[in-house]
Amino acid sequence: MALVLAPEVPLNDWLIALDAQMDRSPNFFDARPVVVDLGSVPREQKGVAQFLQLLEQRGIRIIGTEGAHPSWEGIEAWGRPLPVSAKPGREITAPEPIAPPSAPIKAAPHEPAHAGPAHTEANTLLIDHPVRSGQSIVFERGDITVLGSVASGAEVMAGGSVHIYGTLRGRAVAGLAGHPGARIFCSKLQAELLAIDGVYQTADGMPAKALGKPVQAWLDGEQMKISVLD
Amino acid sequence: MGKVLVVTSGKGGVGKTTSTAALGAALARGGENVVVIDFDVGLRNLDLVMGAERRVVFDLINVVQGDAKLAQALIRDKRIDTLSLLPASQTRDKDALTVEGVDKVIAELREKFDWVICDSPAGIERGALLAMRNADLAVVVTNPEVSSVRDSDRIIGMLDARTLRAEKGEKIDKHLLVTRYDAGRAARNEMLKVEDVLEILSIPLLGIIPESEEVLKASNIGSPVTLNNPTSAPARAYFDAARRLKGETVDVVIPLERTGLIGRLFGRRVA
Repeated sequence: MALVLAPEVPLNDWLIALDAQMDRSPNFFDARPVVVDLGSVPREQKGVAQFLQLLEQRGIRIIGTEGAHPSWEGIEAWGRPLPVSAKPGREITAPEPIAPPSAPIKAAPHEPAHAGPAHTEANTLLIDHPVRSGQSIVFERGDITVLGSVASGAEVMAGGSVHIYGTLRGRAVAGLAGHPGARIFCSKLQAELLAIDGVYQTADGMPAKALGKPVQAWLDGEQMKISVLD
Repeated sequence: MGKVLVVTSGKGGVGKTTSTAALGAALARGGENVVVIDFDVGLRNLDLVMGAERRVVFDLINVVQGDAKLAQALIRDKRIDTLSLLPASQTRDKDALTVEGVDKVIAELREKFDWVICDSPAGIERGALLAMRNADLAVVVTNPEVSSVRDSDRIIGMLDARTLRAEKGEKIDKHLLVTRYDAGRAARNEMLKVEDVLEILSIPLLGIIPESEEVLKASNIGSPVTLNNPTSAPARAYFDAARRLKGETVDVVIPLERTGLIGRLFGRRVA
């Protein structure tokens, strides 16, 4: 799941408040992807890119920004702003060819899977090798399909659904950019964590009868449901 | 052109150095020209396990920094003349290694030897990355327990991303060596089964080395177990692994504990 941070001006005061918060719960941001909502930062604000750097220096893993103004100096280095949610019934433009996923987080202690997609279709990232411990696969624009296992300590995060043809031992996150309809499928459930659109479930909370089985997980309102696939 | 092999694991204490020495000696006994390199700068051990600690004059750092020639630093084994050691420095740290220096040394060794075996330090930092950087193939040493398996998985991911071969888009051959395997404890479910380790790591199995006091005995004497007691169970397992490295097909035998009456009467430890 991605957390959303919404900084307010003056940015320095907000940073001090954040530091106080991080002192109280030092591990709060550990390994959590964060989206920074810059919507309430005025357009004439200076040093926004430096401010994001300061966040990253605090160990916060920024995966994207929202509401960034293109005139801010250096802001393009922080990636495309997340797309505003598409309204139903809009005309569909032909999907652009998909480039390999950009490294999920700059300067984060995770190497992106080196092999890019072996084969891509519209809005699907296909990973045809196991995802190893410590690797993080992030694909905001659609589904991720993994042919192989996802190891303990690895994570797969998709804007759409996650399909794992193998054992899921690590983390799977679906609906990253706010898609409650996204689902997680795996051939064998031994996950450390499942999350869909910010609702998450750790291994302790998963039904015992689903463990080791092929399952799907989806959202029923604010609750995650996990059921065994026959 | 020789092959560069890295022996790595992520986790410490699983048997990288022991396996480097044993595999190196096994290959050398088969007539191959072998050099083993200790990349564990600051915590060197390979010289001890090889019984060469009193003969170290120059080391890898001296060669990397240009203070000594490769020929001056290489120590030829007294038992097998096709086996050489390039020791690490004990007084320096891993920051003394440079990428260019390591590349140059490995390139030079590749010309001279059939096998260049790099003994990686534990961890996933600079030392381990430099040890794996030039590798053509890797032996991932894993104990049958969960923390070792997860660390090995992490290292396999790094082998696929951070080696020169990976950066060029080529594959690096990875082989799993399960060490300290105790068939009795595995049967009692006190240890991960080899099948489970293989399922999690999904790389081909190079061998299973049984837990044995012969390994410790050999290390303390300063002799690779494949030289010290070539007929012992761990030595035989290492010889088989070395043959598989050379491309031979040898069935993997999972060492079983003998529970027969004779074994119990004599109280022998049969691996």
